[in-house]
Amino acid sequence: MTALLAAGIAVTTALAAPPAAAEPAWLMLIKVLVAFGITMTIVPLLVLAERRVSAWMQYRVGPNRVGIGGSLQPMADLVKMLFKEELRPDGVPPFLFGAAPAIAAICSLSMMAVVPFGGTLELDGRSIPLVVADADIGVLAVLALSSIGVYGITLGGWASNSKYSLLGGLRSSAQMISYELSLGIALLGVLVVSGSFESGSFRLSEIIRFQAESGAWNVLRLPLGFALFTIAVFAETNRLPFDLPEAEPELVGGYHTEYSSMRFGLFFLGEYAAMVAGSSVIVCLFLGGWHCPWLATEAVVGPGGALVQVAVFLAKVLAFLFFFIHVRWTLPRLRYDQLMKFGWTWLLPLSLLNLLWAGAHAALGWF
Amino acid sequence: MAPQSWYLIVSALLFGLGIVGFVTRRNSLVMFMSVELMLNAANLVFVAAARDHVPARGSACALFVIAVAASEVAVGLALVLALFRLKKSVDSDAVRELRA
Amino acid sequence: MLSERTAFLIFSVIALIGAVNVITRRHPVHAALWLVGTFLGVAGLFLTLGAGLLGAIQVMVYAGAIMVLFLFVILLLNLDAPPDEGLSFARGASLLAAVATLALIALPLARAPELRAAATPESPVADASAGQVANVLFTRYALPFEVVSLLLLIAMVGAIHLARRPRRDETV
Repeated sequence: MTALLAAGIAVTTALAAPPAAAEPAWLMLIKVLVAFGITMTIVPLLVLAERRVSAWMQYRVGPNRVGIGGSLQPMADLVKMLFKEELRPDGVPPFLFGAAPAIAAICSLSMMAVVPFGGTLELDGRSIPLVVADADIGVLAVLALSSIGVYGITLGGWASNSKYSLLGGLRSSAQMISYELSLGIALLGVLVVSGSFESGSFRLSEIIRFQAESGAWNVLRLPLGFALFTIAVFAETNRLPFDLPEAEPELVGGYHTEYSSMRFGLFFLGEYAAMVAGSSVIVCLFLGGWHCPWLATEAVVGPGGALVQVAVFLAKVLAFLFFFIHVRWTLPRLRYDQLMKFGWTWLLPLSLLNLLWAGAHAALGWF
Repeated sequence: MAPQSWYLIVSALLFGLGIVGFVTRRNSLVMFMSVELMLNAANLVFVAAARDHVPARGSACALFVIAVAASEVAVGLALVLALFRLKKSVDSDAVRELRA
Repeated sequence: MLSERTAFLIFSVIALIGAVNVITRRHPVHAALWLVGTFLGVAGLFLTLGAGLLGAIQVMVYAGAIMVLFLFVILLLNLDAPPDEGLSFARGASLLAAVATLALIALPLARAPELRAAATPESPVADASAGQVANVLFTRYALPFEVVSLLLLIAMVGAIHLARRPRRDETV
């Protein structure tokens, strides 16, 4: 399974890497492993945090028996999952049934490939951009991967040969198409104010550099865009209040009703990895990425500075993930028609308005 | 660098498969998919032919084709839905009211 | 890294295998999935041609939006694999016509010497990066661009009108 995921990341990397930036293969491999490792470390932490934070918010204790303060609970969950029986309902197409969770997991993990963890590291006279694939089409790759990720859920729902799963899959495909529009248009606003269209490159690292050099994060330029993008990311990652595809009271488990054991685990991993990737992208686009105003970090640094940058970046991502969890346990779920209505009649026009605002911002040359 | 003609041959094959699919299948959804195949083959020609001249123009033309394909699919799928509502089938042979 | 020719071969094989399966699979969901494979293969071909922007758009629009819409409709209608479609006489004849058309396209390609030895300069004159494409799109092709936006609007209105359930008091 891990090999499968690593292969997914490697393939994306190989495709996304521009031929000009010829880096030695070992360096590439190290970067892939580091990015993969960071994501795979955050995911179990996130699962634990979800349970502990929800307990804290609901004034109960939460899992605290395994390890110190429940710190080994994700491990215990994993072991439980591994030893569960792998069920496959009658009459399902075996290949698609197995491939669906893998697609979901690979797509969300691969998104981390274009996210810069820091600026450029100066080491041994070699400048190493702290991103797996500093691809010209960076942001677009994120959008493309998230749109491919829909297949995991839709197919999982279809291949399960069950009514509830099918409904979950249907809901997710409709929801994701609808919210992807607003996501893309909100993103356009960022590209306009960050001057990505002048330079003709959609690298996330350049958007961060722009924010670091101008000293103002994009959230100050586009507060509306930030809100819209965040809402759309919530919908894309199927988090409450938009978790209609797996709404328990209506659909049992939604698209993963029929999944058990590690297949379910892959869906689970994909969902949480998508959250990590989503918050990383939001942090990069709107919250300055590795930039911290008080530390006056430069774009090109030595090993110490690079560590600081990565730490700043991770701190921001973790803070945003806390926000994800907080929202989940605060807001009720939308009804399906409300969800669609909100997406098409509010989010989409507002994101167009945001684009106009971004255009005015760029044309009038505000900060 | 792969010669341009290789791309053209792949594109011709894709286009041919699209034609074959369009005329031999009765499922109107699969017929639409075959049309998409042909459009993609056209895109490939645009980009491959522009590579040695002004690549950006090829990409721009392909973008137009993609936009046209998107609108075609929107209308086409709406038609299929309407057809299904009328006939409870997406078989293109189900619509033969005008046949004498 | 892969050499460009290897990449070309891999991606074109993916695209062609996908295309063959699109037209031979009976179940529409399978056909749709193979078509996604073809689109990804063609996106890879775009990458080998140096059109990264178009590759990304291909994945986003074709694989991410158009095919999801296809799948959505197939799932919505809950279509099953149809009974064997078979080849009627008319269908056989049209198949022949299709092959003939294909031959008409392919033969000149195979025979034209100047195409086979087409000038392949070592590096492209310019690239098809986002900035370049935007320049072309908003200067030389500004009018078609506007027309396409109009077309999209018309398609949207048309699709909504067609897919809408007719009200009780009106006839279709």
